[in-house]
Parts: sequence; structure tokens; C-alpha cells
Amino acid sequence: MINARLKIFAAVLGVTLASGGCLLAAQNDSQGTKQESNQGNKVHHTMPAETGQQEGQRVFAENCSRCHNAPQGFSPRIAGTISRHMRVRANLSAEDERALLRFLNP
Amino acid sequence: MPNRRSASIVFLSLLGLFGTAAAQDTPLLSGGIAFVTNTTGGKTTYIPLIQPLAAVPLGNHFMVESRAIVLEQFTPNSTGYDHSHFAALTYLQGDYIASRHLTVVGGSFLLPFGTYNERLTPLWIGNFQDESLAEPIGQMGSGIGLGGQVRGSLYSSARTSFSYSAWFSARSANQQFSSRRSSGGRGSFYFPEQRLEIGASYGRLLQGTHENFVGAYLWWQTGDGGFRVRSETMRGEHAYGYWFEGDYRPLHDESGPVNFMRRFEPVFRMNQTFRIDNAASDGVPAQNTQQADFGLDYNFPHNTRILSSYSRQFSPAGNVNIWETGMVYRFLFPAWKGH
Repeated sequence: MINARLKIFAAVLGVTLASGGCLLAAQNDSQGTKQESNQGNKVHHTMPAETGQQEGQRVFAENCSRCHNAPQGFSPRIAGTISRHMRVRANLSAEDERALLRFLNP
Repeated sequence: MPNRRSASIVFLSLLGLFGTAAAQDTPLLSGGIAFVTNTTGGKTTYIPLIQPLAAVPLGNHFMVESRAIVLEQFTPNSTGYDHSHFAALTYLQGDYIASRHLTVVGGSFLLPFGTYNERLTPLWIGNFQDESLAEPIGQMGSGIGLGGQVRGSLYSSARTSFSYSAWFSARSANQQFSSRRSSGGRGSFYFPEQRLEIGASYGRLLQGTHENFVGAYLWWQTGDGGFRVRSETMRGEHAYGYWFEGDYRPLHDESGPVNFMRRFEPVFRMNQTFRIDNAASDGVPAQNTQQADFGLDYNFPHNTRILSSYSRQFSPAGNVNIWETGMVYRFLFPAWKGH
């Protein structure tokens, strides 16, 4: 039974690491679309700050930042997934979810 | 056994079967990889571990998410090392966003009692490796529910918001989805201008002793998020306790350049538990215990942190020193390379 469990989760680990290797290029591509600040835990965008983004930044600072720092260098292709995950996990309102999405992927 | 295999197959399948996701809604893989050490009373353990998380949106209203943990624990002995391993799904849940104010959750989920279980158990988030001493109170043994949950933001404005969660869990002796029959909920107010959140939780164990649990919490942070205070108290019929934690994140102060010193993050936590009786085996220390945790974390660029702490635990059973160190890397990327 223990061996079976190990095999299962070894498979999970394998998929995780394999995906990480395959998608490294995608992750690097995404970094070109964003300009990370040199502060390490803040994400600033190359676009001028617009109202929608400022609202999204406020949502991030008030909600997400209560628990964790901003992850760096993620792909914009998962911005919607992150926003939805945060909506469920942090009980964000629908409006805050949209604002957060604009901040993560303007 | 078949249940565990099925759950794992689901976990893996979700990563690759939904290739039609919109450009921003690609399934993601996230999580943390860490190597941590713990020395309690002179006895040291070394633990490499990985905590992967998958989130898969399906259409505009559904999402499936899951988190697992795999670790190996090494303990030195006279001839080498003893070691043991542990691997398990932490949760596997489906979310249906039914309306602006309602999300329905089904499956195996983290119990929304208090704050620690849902918010701080990811190893890439928590400031300490260990949970607080009082955390087991109200978590129904495993901290996991198997059943349904409703949650959402009932009201939200620029000045205040109110969010809620309520669950019902069935009893399950399945090794992978162990849970107790219980119900409960949590409600909280958040005041954005003051960055203040206050909330309360209630839980009722619906098997065995039918025990009630209540809890309350207060979180606050400064306007720039540089200083945070988190606190929580909880009470059951056999024990009660509290914890509070403060940390200072100089990186959130944008007034100056980033340098070596500003990446440090000092942390302090106080825990205390009180025994009413020893009629239940609930994970809380068997005798009144207090513990002070002094931590110093370091935030590298690229999602990497060093966690270190010294704790002094005071108990009639004996006082001990606890030293912990660890390095954590957080990963976050799409589940496949797309357009």
C-alpha cells in the first residue's frame, strides 16, 4: 500500500517537474511583458498606471498581500486562473476579481 | 486504496485535459519546494518536501483545485539515519461560482474555521514552519472537510466588506480523505481604509462527543503592508488557546533602494494553550503550554525564502528549545506551453 502511494505521488512529482522544465521558456517569455520592480516583491507594469490597474493594485495590496508577497515573473496566461483562485480563497467580490485580473494582466 | 488512486488520477488528469482554456485561464501549477530542519530538545530532523498545487478553470464558472504534500523525514541515529515518508492529497475540491455573492464548493476542502488553516498552511506563505500550538482546536482532527461549502463576499464597498463561509462535512475513514462529521462557518468584516479584518468562527463536531468550537480573529497591517499583525483565539470544550504574530517587511517600504538588509523579515509569534480536561485527543498539548517564537526570514529575489526561528516552549512537562531553519522556493507556471 505504501509503495502504491509512493508511485502515485512520484507521478505527481514527475509531472510537476517535467512541466516546469517544458514551460520554463513560456515563463521567460512572460517576463518580457512585465517590468518587475527591483524591490523583489512588487509587480509594476510598463503601461502607465490607469484607473483599472490602480484599482487592481489596491485589491492586491488589501487582500492578497495580507497573506503573501506577490509572486514574480508568472505568465499572463494564468492571470485569470490566479484571479479566480483568489476569488474563491480570499472571498473576493466579482468586481475585485476583475480589478485584480486587470492588475495581473493589463 | 482504489479511492486514493482515483483521486491521484484526477489530480494528474486535470493538468492536461483542458486545452481549450481561454488565453488568461490556462490551468496552473504552483506550490513550494523546501528543505527544512527542526531541532527540538537537541533532537534534529531533516525534511525535504514538496507541496504542489493545481488549479484548473473550466469555463466561466467552474474551477477544480487541489494541493498535495510529499515529504521524507530523516533523523540521525547511532548508525546513520532513520527515515520515514509521507504523501497525501491535502484537498481536492470543485468550485462553482454561482453568483456575485455565492460560490459553492464540493469535495475535500480545508475547513474554514479561523484563518490559519486556509491561509497560512502553504509552506511558501507561512512565516514559520510549524503551525501554532492552538491551531488544532476547531479543526476536527484533520482540518479537512468532505462534503460541501458555500462561501463568498456578501457585501463589498470601498469602506467595508463582509465575507462568509459555511460548511457541512461527512464522516470519512478513507485514508486519503479523512474527515469527521461536522458543520460550521466563519464570517468576517474587512475595513480597507484601516486594513483591519475581524472575524469569528463556529464549528460543531457531529459525531462522538458532539463538541462545539468557537473562535475569533483580528488581522491588521499598515497602509504599505510593511507591518502585519495576525491574531486568533479559539475555544473547545476540552481546551482553548490563542496565538498572535507580528512581522515587519521592509521591502514594502518603497521610500528607499532595495539592499541586503531590507530583504530580512523579523517575525515574532506567541502561542498559549490551556487544558480544560484531557478527555479528548485533539492535538493540543496535554498540559498548559506557552511558546514564544522568534523568527528571522530572508526574501531572495525569484520567489525564494529562508526561514529561521528559535522557540522556547514552557510546559510542566519540561521546557525545550526549538531551532528551525529552511529554504523554500515557490513555483508558479502554466500547466502547459500554449499560445
